[in-house]
Amino acid sequence: MFLNMGPSHPAMHGIIRLIVELDGERVVNADVEIGYLHRAFEKECEASPYNNAVPYVDRLNYVSPLINNFGYCLAVERLLDIQVTERCQYIRVILSELSRITDHLTCIGASAMELGAFTVFLYMIKAREWLWELVEAVTGARLTISYGRVGGVKADLPSGFAERTRKVLEDVRGVLLECDTLLTRNRIFVDRMQGTGIISKERALSYGITGPFLRASGVSLDVRKATPYFIYDRLQFDVPTGSHGDNYDRYLVRMEEMEQSMRIVEQALSQIPPGPLNVDLEGNVLPADVMVDEAKMGRVAGFKQVLVRLDPTLEGSTRGFHEAVNAREKRAVLPPKEDTYGNIEGLMHHFKLIMHGHGIRPARGEYYSAVEGANGELGFYVISNGSERPYRVRVRPPCFTIMSALPELIRGGLVADIVPTFGSINMIGGELDR
Amino acid sequence: MPNESTLIEALQRRFPHAVLASHHYRGQQTVLLKREALLEVARVLKEDPSLGFDLLMDLCGVDYVAFERVRMSAPTLATPSPLPYYMTPKPMKETWERFVSHEAYRFEVVYHFYSTGQNLRLRVNVPLPTADPVIDSITSLWQCAEWFEREVWDMFGIRFTGHPNLRRILLYEEFQGHPLRKDYPVNKRQPLIGPIN
Amino acid sequence: MAVDVSQLNWTTTRLDAALGWARKYSIFQYPFVTACCGMEYMATAASHYDMDRFGAGFPRFSPRQADVLFVVGTISHKMAPVLKRVYDQMTEPKWVVAFGVCTCTGGFYDNYATVMGIDTIIPVDVYIPGCPPRPENVLDGLIKLQEKIAHGAAATQPASPAARPDELQTPHRPEAHL
Repeated sequence: MFLNMGPSHPAMHGIIRLIVELDGERVVNADVEIGYLHRAFEKECEASPYNNAVPYVDRLNYVSPLINNFGYCLAVERLLDIQVTERCQYIRVILSELSRITDHLTCIGASAMELGAFTVFLYMIKAREWLWELVEAVTGARLTISYGRVGGVKADLPSGFAERTRKVLEDVRGVLLECDTLLTRNRIFVDRMQGTGIISKERALSYGITGPFLRASGVSLDVRKATPYFIYDRLQFDVPTGSHGDNYDRYLVRMEEMEQSMRIVEQALSQIPPGPLNVDLEGNVLPADVMVDEAKMGRVAGFKQVLVRLDPTLEGSTRGFHEAVNAREKRAVLPPKEDTYGNIEGLMHHFKLIMHGHGIRPARGEYYSAVEGANGELGFYVISNGSERPYRVRVRPPCFTIMSALPELIRGGLVADIVPTFGSINMIGGELDR
Repeated sequence: MPNESTLIEALQRRFPHAVLASHHYRGQQTVLLKREALLEVARVLKEDPSLGFDLLMDLCGVDYVAFERVRMSAPTLATPSPLPYYMTPKPMKETWERFVSHEAYRFEVVYHFYSTGQNLRLRVNVPLPTADPVIDSITSLWQCAEWFEREVWDMFGIRFTGHPNLRRILLYEEFQGHPLRKDYPVNKRQPLIGPIN
Repeated sequence: MAVDVSQLNWTTTRLDAALGWARKYSIFQYPFVTACCGMEYMATAASHYDMDRFGAGFPRFSPRQADVLFVVGTISHKMAPVLKRVYDQMTEPKWVVAFGVCTCTGGFYDNYATVMGIDTIIPVDVYIPGCPPRPENVLDGLIKLQEKIAHGAAATQPASPAARPDELQTPHRPEAHL
């Protein structure tokens, strides 16, 4: 008997069509049909300049958008051969790890809900809301943040971020402890998750699976340890590895990874180089319009040192903040707003990066950079032909390979085992179909 | 045990007839192969214990037909603008070129391999002639190639011989054309139901 | 004895109002979740922003049992026939909420794969723009939907593409590299 678990189904994971061939309750064969969320990401990236691809990249793995942002920016920066500032790297690491925690919270919460543990879902979404409030304080948005830029990030961390983060992480730890007591030794949960969706190490490698899925099968592969990027080599963290390769191991790996991510965030917060302070220099603050008017009259003496009082929405692009988190790279990074409005070189620099036909122009070349996404190795392969638009942006989606293994994971099991297996895959439609 | 710089040399020594070119732009090892030799080289990459590339990270296609056509979107600019006086050109440590002609070899299939045992990465580019974009499938070696190759067929129209199930994966079967080719406009719609715009 | 028509009207309007009140506070939604907006939908349904206090907390995962179709997230051309079928399978009275700008107008995915607004396929009652809309935005849209349900209005006429003003017609996009 053929059962169609159609594109619109109750597991709020997105849209996949599973055509399952059944013999009673046992799954004999399965076919997976994807592509219901294909939004032409790669084609859109080819049609817009490098920084314009950042909002598209956000919506790839939309539960951990910051990792996507920074992965893409890393690829283009390596192609341009520029190095971002240390503070920026710390910020990227902190936000990536917060994103990873939200991803795992969503994954475990949703898959627990499908098994009937609705309380766990609500608790985890509550924890996710606290993290999203943190992210909103930094980036301005909860989910699709468009925070990364080639050569830096959009703006610096707000004041008081470190204390706030530490408090939130403590609360999240409390929530995780509660969920742990609810799930980990729960008879029903263990019975449903243990022994289902097993995949061996060799098959997982043949399927090209990476990330927590592979780690649960016994291969300790983590891009942050293998090819460290940003400042991961200065931080101490463990990579949890399972042994059985079943759903229960994946759940445990994800829970432990959240703890490790929190450990990373706390270390990074204590190590981060200090940022600029919001201190006005005595007698040296000008409103922006006065500065522009003075500049028009030619009275520009000392303008490079002056602090400008800009519109609060431009805070973060003022010189102190801007230079803390953006590389001093004229080919790719916009100047601070005081320079854009204050002197002609800044204006020209700004123009050269923004106008149609101009922009970031890496030399011809190709680069593949991999970051550790929440699902596995998220790779960006960028080819440049010297123009301001990338010639080809290819995303190596981690859950694509995991989904290709789904027929093998559910073959031989019961129909009811499809639900926890599918939940532990953490399929994100935006990443799968791009 | 080959490390990064000798990996290409080892491959070149072993397959002198198959390796068209190689480079390590920005520190990444890349090898250009002839398409007839792909299956053989891939098998050696996977099964040779000193190489041991057990993970096929990525398999994608590229359409190079418009590579030289760097089009300025601002109509007043006829030539690329020179660097302004305050920008010093960054000295190029290395340059990159594709080594084959874009007209004769329009398509290219790019394989990214990773060796878990030795933490090595390798990129293999296989240029395909414009008139005949067909290549061997490596599904027999790495299972994930099945879906990757389906996607390349869907997006570019490159055929893989020996593929068990070559049909569209991201788009619907009724879709005409291969959208990631450069001659497919980005907003040309072919709706199944509903209006075109 | 002739029936007093005005009295009859008064009764039926009171009955309609009662029905509308009952319907608006017991919304059985069918969340047709596809993409990133689904995360904000989950957040709105969870305890922080609670949709349950509006009576809309219980999703019904069968179109036969639902009366509001929340279309959450981008609809691609591959998905469009599925959406139409789900909409057709829903029983009257039914309302449709276009959640997220991808369902309202297509968002910034102006390409070969995305439906530029689901009102080209099914009639829509409430549009909630945003990418993704904040939960407060969603609740505002939900309240507007409740007002619409309370007045017992059926779904509006579908906006045909020809009726859209000229500014909304898709402009020609410069093709990349060709």
